[in-house]
Amino acid sequence: MGEDAQMSRSSIRPGGDRLFDRYLDPRRPHAEAYDEMFDPVEGVRPAYRRLHESLMPLQPGDLTTRSDALDRALVDQGITFSLSGQERPFPLDLVPRVITASEWSRLERGIVQRVRALEAFLADVYGPQQIVADGVLPRRLITSCEHFHRQAAGLAPPNGVRIHVAGIDVVRDEQGDFRVLEDNLRSPSGVSYVMENRRTMARVFPDLFMKHRVRAVDNYAVHLLRALRAAAPPGTTDPNVVVLTPGVYNSAYFEHSLLARQMGVELVEGRDLFARNNMIYLRTTEGEQRVDVIYRRIDDEFLDPVQFEPDSVLGVAGLVNAARAGNVVVANAVGNGVGDDKLIYTYLPEILKYYLGETPLLPNVDTYRCWLPSEQAEVLDRLDELVTKPVEGSGGYGIVFGPDASAKELAAQRRRIRSNPRGWIAQPVVQLSTVPTKVGERLQPRHVDLRPFAVNDGESVFVLPGGLTRVAIPEGSLIVNSSQGGGSKDTWVLAGRASDEDAELRGSGLAARPRSDGATTPERGPELNIAQQQQQQ
Amino acid sequence: MLARNAESLYWIGRYVERADDTARILDVSVHQLLEDATVDADTASRTLLAVLGITPPEGITLDVWTLTELVAMSPETGSIVSSIHSARENTRVAREVVSSELWHCINSMWNAVPERQRAVRRVGPHEFFTFVEDRAATFAGLADSTMSRDDGWRFLVLGRSIERVDMIVRMLMSRVGDKPTSPGWVTVLRSAGAHDTYLRTYRGALDASRVVQFLLMDRLFPRSVFHALSKAESCLEELERGPSARIGASAEASRLLGKARSDLEFLRPADLLDDLTGRLQGLQTTVRDVGEALSRQYFHAVPWIEWNNAEVNL
Repeated sequence: MGEDAQMSRSSIRPGGDRLFDRYLDPRRPHAEAYDEMFDPVEGVRPAYRRLHESLMPLQPGDLTTRSDALDRALVDQGITFSLSGQERPFPLDLVPRVITASEWSRLERGIVQRVRALEAFLADVYGPQQIVADGVLPRRLITSCEHFHRQAAGLAPPNGVRIHVAGIDVVRDEQGDFRVLEDNLRSPSGVSYVMENRRTMARVFPDLFMKHRVRAVDNYAVHLLRALRAAAPPGTTDPNVVVLTPGVYNSAYFEHSLLARQMGVELVEGRDLFARNNMIYLRTTEGEQRVDVIYRRIDDEFLDPVQFEPDSVLGVAGLVNAARAGNVVVANAVGNGVGDDKLIYTYLPEILKYYLGETPLLPNVDTYRCWLPSEQAEVLDRLDELVTKPVEGSGGYGIVFGPDASAKELAAQRRRIRSNPRGWIAQPVVQLSTVPTKVGERLQPRHVDLRPFAVNDGESVFVLPGGLTRVAIPEGSLIVNSSQGGGSKDTWVLAGRASDEDAELRGSGLAARPRSDGATTPERGPELNIAQQQQQQ
Repeated sequence: MLARNAESLYWIGRYVERADDTARILDVSVHQLLEDATVDADTASRTLLAVLGITPPEGITLDVWTLTELVAMSPETGSIVSSIHSARENTRVAREVVSSELWHCINSMWNAVPERQRAVRRVGPHEFFTFVEDRAATFAGLADSTMSRDDGWRFLVLGRSIERVDMIVRMLMSRVGDKPTSPGWVTVLRSAGAHDTYLRTYRGALDASRVVQFLLMDRLFPRSVFHALSKAESCLEELERGPSARIGASAEASRLLGKARSDLEFLRPADLLDDLTGRLQGLQTTVRDVGEALSRQYFHAVPWIEWNNAEVNL
């Protein structure tokens, strides 16, 4: 017995099995990164112990079988994303990422705090601009932001919410602490993959779910719809909510469609809507129908050809004025981009202190601001060891990794920063944490980030227990965006041992449980009995 | 319901039915060509292509394989593959108004097409046709059991019924040149899945006028033209919620359908074969006109509006 225990303990060490063969190879790139499954000294971390036990008996071939089943399930359900107009299955990795209850509750508090502060900030920026008057932030920081839209000034949403949905990107640093990499307050996407990844994983890996208590993510649409209805203009008893999509060729079309379906509301394109007398109407087979809340998934610039890009065919002419008149609510609000600007991000500690009087529960990643001459000098000096990012960028475009860049690229980058210092920030290379990921027939450490989603209904901020874990598939890559060849993982937030999270699964029933007696036996039609059958032979 | 979604549902109904009926027609024709050596494959194939509205290629002699290739596999409008593709694209833009199971059915059908096409080259075309027919049946069953009987359902059934009229008419067109005693008439019945019902109805007496009568005028068989017209008409009636008209029909589409239906309903069976071709062509024209009337009445096609020169001059 003692010997068996000895053996099984030794076999859980990485390298002792084919699946984890040379997993913690010290020569791998970014070897100092925090691995979420293995502690270099202690072995498997507690959060991953059960998962590791379930994976150990699997042969490398088993993984391929399951991953093929996974891909087929995804393709048949049409869970795809478009890349340059091409439909592709969303890459889902087999091994889930596990977050313990205590880690999650810290993360959740930090996200709620951030959303509250950013709400206050946006309300102020598009209102009295008190934070500027008090000298906490320079005015030109805000006015120079590309996504600060004067069209939205003075446009106050009825229940005060501008960030109906936020996606806060977090990473774990070398110590395993969560840090915020960026905020997404415009229309963060990916939540559909959170829900669909879970559904697909439960089909393909039922045995893993039986051994874990994973918090559910499939009720996101309920929270979103509640928040959207709460945002409706006052006086509407049954708000008509619609989801506005750019159309079927958009990369996130699948998500728009899924959310509309799960909320039971119409998914509309700009051409399905029109404005008259500052009201927005929907073209239906029964004529016109008033719209109260628009959950839009198109960018500000395309939202209203009267106010923004005049050649946009995606938006609705007159929408912003209708919103200003209070007849329709646009969610997320117009002009939220000023809150997720990467330069304004660096001022978040000040913003938190000013509005909430609190210190950040989730720290930022250390960031240099190229628009401050002193910090710019340091950035230019150490360009070959820093990561430089455009403040407006998303999707991983425009990022330059100093250590990987050639001298020519660095020189070009130096010129770009000098000519537009407001447009760039720099960060030390954060070695994102790693999680075992299927590469070929084996499991390899690959870098991940996490995008939890927060929904603000005006009363409370709900953070979906889970989130989109994106993983960089090429070895050593730190860019996880799906537009850059990244994959995703199902993210498991474990339920606490005795916590109120159980309410998601348990509770008193709707009615008394039925008794099982003779009345529940299924009825049958007439059949010949054995004697009759024999006579017929 | 959103006009754009209504239009998608209408077309999903049409494309699925078209894929199904095309597969049925082809399945039967291909096997007739294989079993009966006296049939001239090239002429028969060209008749079929003309009836299905597919341009026959010049300069080559058609046989079973080229026929299958053209009608089932080519990306040309009217082929089975193109109907599956269009059904899938229409479902993709209307996913929030169809059930997930329906979407899954159509999407996995579409995904399986390349693999099934390879199989055709290995084991022959019958498998492919069965596959399409099975999936279409699954689709119909899922639609029946998972969709509410709301306007969406009505547009779907409307599309399906209208396409059914069109396809049955095409089936008959492919045979009007045959002798009344030709065994080819059985193939029409088989294509429509009507063989057994026909035999039970007419006690095995097989002749052309009864086959035509059955497929055009039978009140009980769901794939008869009369039945499909009545179905489409009742869908339209339920869609129109306005005050009922005192004279005639309130909308052009219902008028056209009602007229076509009553033409068949009160036709003397003996007169059916007089100018059969003209009658069939008339039905095809009706189908086309109904489609146009529907899109004017319900689908409110809106072109993209571009706001050029909308900037305010200061």
